Amino acid sequence: MSVPEPLIRVDGLHVHLGESHVLQGVSFEVPEGGVTALLGRNGVGKTTTLRAMMGLVPRRGTVTLAGEELTRLRTHQIVRRGIGYVPEDREVFAGLTVDENLRLAERNGAARYELVYELFPELRERGGQRAGTLSGGQQQMVAIARALLNENPVLLVDEPTKGLAPLLVTEVAAALERAAELATVLLVEQNLGVVARVARQVVVLDGGRVVHTGSAADLLGDPERVRALLGVHGSGH
Amino acid sequence: MSTFVLLTITGLGLGAMYFLIASGLSLIYGLMGVLNFAHGALLTVGAYAAWWMSTKIDGSAGVKLLAGALFGIAVGALVAALIELVLIRPLYRRPVEQVLVTVGLALVLNALVEAIWGFDARAFPVPTWMIDTTSVLGASIPNDRFVEIATAALVLGGLTAFLRWTRYGLIIRAGVENRAMVTALGIDVRRAFTLVFAIGGAAAALAGVLSGVYFGVVDPSRGTSLLIFAFIVVVIGGFGSIGGTAVSAVVVGLIQQYANYYASSGLGDLAVVLLLAIVLLLKPEGLSPKVAH
Repeated sequence: MSVPEPLIRVDGLHVHLGESHVLQGVSFEVPEGGVTALLGRNGVGKTTTLRAMMGLVPRRGTVTLAGEELTRLRTHQIVRRGIGYVPEDREVFAGLTVDENLRLAERNGAARYELVYELFPELRERGGQRAGTLSGGQQQMVAIARALLNENPVLLVDEPTKGLAPLLVTEVAAALERAAELATVLLVEQNLGVVARVARQVVVLDGGRVVHTGSAADLLGDPERVRALLGVHGSGH
Repeated sequence: MSTFVLLTITGLGLGAMYFLIASGLSLIYGLMGVLNFAHGALLTVGAYAAWWMSTKIDGSAGVKLLAGALFGIAVGALVAALIELVLIRPLYRRPVEQVLVTVGLALVLNALVEAIWGFDARAFPVPTWMIDTTSVLGASIPNDRFVEIATAALVLGGLTAFLRWTRYGLIIRAGVENRAMVTALGIDVRRAFTLVFAIGGAAAALAGVLSGVYFGVVDPSRGTSLLIFAFIVVVIGGFGSIGGTAVSAVVVGLIQQYANYYASSGLGDLAVVLLLAIVLLLKPEGLSPKVAH
């Protein structure tokens, strides 16, 4: 029986930011479908890995999507290959309305507004409101909605529950589950409860390198390993 | 009272010109982070292109002015787009080199104009009705002031509508806030860069045409002298803000006129610098920063 090809393959990714060698040869694979969580302590390079995959920081190494090399492409071309990106800290356009934020994300005229409004009905009601005046949770909805608006086979989602109230965390987790039915999700997330709920696979980074890959259930079911790899207690989720 | 009205309308006319130069400068810096020191040279090039065209066609001064203005605007837009494509695009993320290139380009373009048409000012075709005056509250106002104000108002309205209602306008407004995130939505923001440069060049060229009408002549140093005030207008208004630029341009034009008349002739420029210092102390980011609307 042949092993299925991974949808995304990251190989030997290096990133230097100033004097700091942030990624030191990160290599991992993301299988098609479901959520793969990219985990690690603060500052180990999770966000930089996503930014490097998107071409938002200068990098060395290769990233392939379904066999196609992405590292030769510019950021907008990578996105047009079907990779949606939800950045850390949302990065909504504060001066634009919610509708304008979504309209900006439209590609190829087949925007999935029904899906977006089904997941986040509030966005329909607040369409005319400036995104800068929304709460953190609402801004996160806009950020996720922008990525879901197009039929992206891959979503890179960076700490979507960061700084959110518990109720909103549940809502965002539900949206991630729904997103994972439609696309392959690579998720950076500190909240292990959310990881346990949505992720199938995990990739753990430490010191700019991958130190563990495997099933999410196996890792999170082993509190000693969670403590050793992530520096947190795994039983709290 | 009549003096105050005259000063006010003349100040608004001057502010209109400042706005036309500063709007492009502001959008270019707001979107791309490029300080375009060659922007004044685009004004000069536009003004000379308009004057040149006016000498090549027959007809009344009005026809010559209109044909010249259209030609000058087209040349300004084309030269600006070429500058972006050939000289600025390879230097994004290299701000020091950008400054050096645009300063050098300003010197080259001005030298080119001087080499072709000489140092002397050239008479600009101004229709008689523009030189005539209209009485407003007892003040005799040259009609060209109304043309300058109306033109700037039309450009302001057009730019605002463009930014608000078009896809490219949306991209530019978003890009002024967060260029990287625009590309992360799958948008090739470089096309917007070229477009903004072309719009800025067209507006600067239009300012060159209007400065020809205002002063009655074109000369090679016009762009450089007006560029200094345009930079002040942009800093006061806030980089990337068309609305802020418009308000700032009017304030600077009025203060210059009032100070020159009510304080002492020549104090207008000093008053503007003083205003800049006050704004920088109280609101360093400008009146309406970093949002293109």
